[in-house]
Amino acid sequence: MAAEPRELRDDVLNGLQLSTQLERVWRTPSGFLGALMSVDHKVVGRRYIVTAFVFLLLGGILAILMRIQLAGPEKTFLSADKYNQVFTMHGSTMMFLFAVPVMEAFAVYLVPLMVGTRNIAFPRLNAFSYWMFLFGGCFLWISFALNVGPDVGWFAYVPLSSLQYTPTKRPDVWAQMITFTEVAALAVSVEIVVTVFKQRAPGMTLDRIPLFVWAMLVTSFLVMFAMPSIMVASTSLILDRLVNTRFYDSSSGGHPLLWQHLFWFFGHPEVYIIFIPGTGMVSAILATFARRPVVGYPVVILSLIATGFLSFGLWVHHMFVTGLPQLGAGLFTASSMLIAVPSGLQIFCWLATLWDGRPVYRTPLLFVIGFVVIFVLGGLSGVMVASVPIDTQVHDTYFVVAHFHYVLIGGAVFPLIGAVYYWFPKIAGRMLSERLGRWNFWLAFIGFNVAFFPMHILGLIGMPRRVYTYTADMDWAHLNLLSSGGALIFALSFALLLVNVIYSLRKAELAGDNPWNASTLEWATSSPPPPQNFDRIPVVKHRDPLWADNESLPVVAGLSAERREVLLTSLAEAEPQIREASPEPSIWPLLTAIATTVFFIGSIFTPWAVLWGTPPMAVALIGWFWPTGSKEDEE
Amino acid sequence: MRQNIVRNVSELPTYGYGPRSGPWWGAIGFMALEGMGFAIAIGAYLYLYAVNPNWPIGASPPDLWPGTAEVAIYLLSIIPNEMTNRAAHRQDLAKVRTGLIVMVMIGTALLVLRGFEFAHLNTRWDNSAYGSIVWLILGLHTTHLATDVGDTVVLAVLMFTRHAKPRRFSDVSDNVFYWNFVVLAWLPLYVLLDWVPRL
Ligand code: HEM
Ligand SMILES: [Cu+2]
Repeated sequence: MAAEPRELRDDVLNGLQLSTQLERVWRTPSGFLGALMSVDHKVVGRRYIVTAFVFLLLGGILAILMRIQLAGPEKTFLSADKYNQVFTMHGSTMMFLFAVPVMEAFAVYLVPLMVGTRNIAFPRLNAFSYWMFLFGGCFLWISFALNVGPDVGWFAYVPLSSLQYTPTKRPDVWAQMITFTEVAALAVSVEIVVTVFKQRAPGMTLDRIPLFVWAMLVTSFLVMFAMPSIMVASTSLILDRLVNTRFYDSSSGGHPLLWQHLFWFFGHPEVYIIFIPGTGMVSAILATFARRPVVGYPVVILSLIATGFLSFGLWVHHMFVTGLPQLGAGLFTASSMLIAVPSGLQIFCWLATLWDGRPVYRTPLLFVIGFVVIFVLGGLSGVMVASVPIDTQVHDTYFVVAHFHYVLIGGAVFPLIGAVYYWFPKIAGRMLSERLGRWNFWLAFIGFNVAFFPMHILGLIGMPRRVYTYTADMDWAHLNLLSSGGALIFALSFALLLVNVIYSLRKAELAGDNPWNASTLEWATSSPPPPQNFDRIPVVKHRDPLWADNESLPVVAGLSAERREVLLTSLAEAEPQIREASPEPSIWPLLTAIATTVFFIGSIFTPWAVLWGTPPMAVALIGWFWPTGSKEDEE
Repeated sequence: MRQNIVRNVSELPTYGYGPRSGPWWGAIGFMALEGMGFAIAIGAYLYLYAVNPNWPIGASPPDLWPGTAEVAIYLLSIIPNEMTNRAAHRQDLAKVRTGLIVMVMIGTALLVLRGFEFAHLNTRWDNSAYGSIVWLILGLHTTHLATDVGDTVVLAVLMFTRHAKPRRFSDVSDNVFYWNFVVLAWLPLYVLLDWVPRL
């Protein structure tokens, strides 16, 4: 044999030759099996986004069922029993299967593109994470269809969820669904952190990272520190129910309040896990449509970090009515109010950006403005419920339902829909219709306020939450009817979004690389991006690279063109350090997820699942990590 | 958009050690979230301790010898662990193989000892909240230990096959790093489980 040929590098190829070669190396294998093996962050991200929206649809249908039931007094559309299941499924689906996953899904798709790399860190873990999310979600909904869905609220308070009061399998389904989705979320956060720390394009120093990426970085840390708490909590609950441990059993030294502490130590940051990515979307959209960088870049980052920290100090405000010591309650009131400060700072930065820019009011920007209005209202009612005397009055009334929908929908869903309009051209290669977009926005904005504003008043005049009906002499009927009508309009706006997406996928005009003339790197490649993301890795010299270097993009050469390689850079300065191999497609993440699913579901029914469920998981993991099929090992 | 090559990176290495490499940061990430899991479990233990007038509940504290013996073995294991690390940095395959085998043996011994520790907790998981939390914490750390040992076994096997490529030495070094975390995590848990009930 002749001397070993030199490895094919991208510096000897050019133009079309280079694109074709890289596409061959990075593409997802064809066919059904190939699709199951994909480790491309764009493929996984797209699946993740679509799946999360399917869960939004399902959760939304339940919301409408509830609103039909509550539209008038003493309706019998849903029984009390069904209503419990429906609001539990609605809350759990929205929080665990829609709001958090959809944010992670956008990060999975966008962060690698925005930092200028070819794939996410740990692509197989990423594929595994998606399968776990999918299986966990299907498990919950199939259980619901089989009439074993949970009915103890999305927070499953003990002792209601204890074996003694709920001897069915319903709370177990809930608890295990948590574990599925948390495993998925934890995996994604580690991937995002490492992608941002190590795979940024050369020159993308810490103060040149796009704000959306910063937001996802902070969110990932919140997930890593908050979610273990709910996993410990739900595992203990399952153990109590299955093998008779006594964590929450007050007759044997256990304590029901332990559940609430563990739950809210996670549950409060959870709100910020949903909201912070929303703010990242807002910053991205604002900069593009105000046609100037966001004012106060360092202030926004510091606010994000401060919000992250403070969010852990707040969980107790969900427990004011549980009889905590006075001093503790005072402290938590103060910190609950304090967290309004960084959010307020960000809002000022955004308004200044609009003020100082030359805004073009396209649909994504409309949703951002809707967000600001709704979120400010939600924040105000939040400061109200953060104070102990008010909370004791309105606790568990519709005032709280109004408040948290203002925060969740204003803080997350509005930016999210804006983000769909903003990034759809990148993901699908086509524009969404602007005309439908405007209709979409106004229906959503009006429908939302009509649906949820009256709930504040209902709460103040005494309507408790989680009731399946009420009597006519309470005088709640008119406002409830109004609210239900608003909910229908709001739902209609989502139907319009769906129509827009389906129509635009086929008919709409092609987007081109950078239809909005935005400044960040995801717009430096074609729409949709090729499997390798970039033919050459960009070099970043400014905070807004595409605005500064709009003639020609500085890039690096020298990466392999015959196997998958990503460029690793240093943490702070993003100096190139290593050309690291990136994993090939593999079926093992799917098989591992299947084995894990069998293990998780089995352990609801018998503790022995821990014994017979472990070996398949171990085998699958070994298959996953065994380096056959990796081009490097076959040299 | 036109592209303008400003730098060639073909001379960069294809793997590295420690904070330069991606998997090392992955390991840090998993340590952070597992560490958080332990911290939460410790918090739950202290919470139950605080709300119960008697502690331990209806049991005597765990027998000291298994946990203490583990502490000793864990601390001593740092020596062969570090030696494996140095051998990995020197890419000394023979020494790395020996090191991994020693570490597998140490891990297995610890798992056996862990069995005794469960038997000497002097409480069952279903006796009281005290028994439950003690079993949960020990169970968490045992899972942690077992997965790390499993990982080491797989890595050891790899190093005896044709997969023992240069960049795999970096995996060995990450494995060493992770083991130090397993050791570190045990120390506060030991104090909590074996000494707090004796206060
Ligand atoms: C079409 C939009 C929506 C409508 C009409 C709606 C309506 C409702 C209603 C009527 C309740 C029950 C209140 C009760 O009986 O106590 C509820 C609860 C809840 N909703 Fe929504 N909702 C919508 C969207 C969302 C979204 C997008 C989220 C989260 C991102 C969300 C999260 C929750 C949560 C966490 C609960 C509490 C469930 C529980 O108490 O267990 N909702 N919603
Ligand atoms: Cu809160």
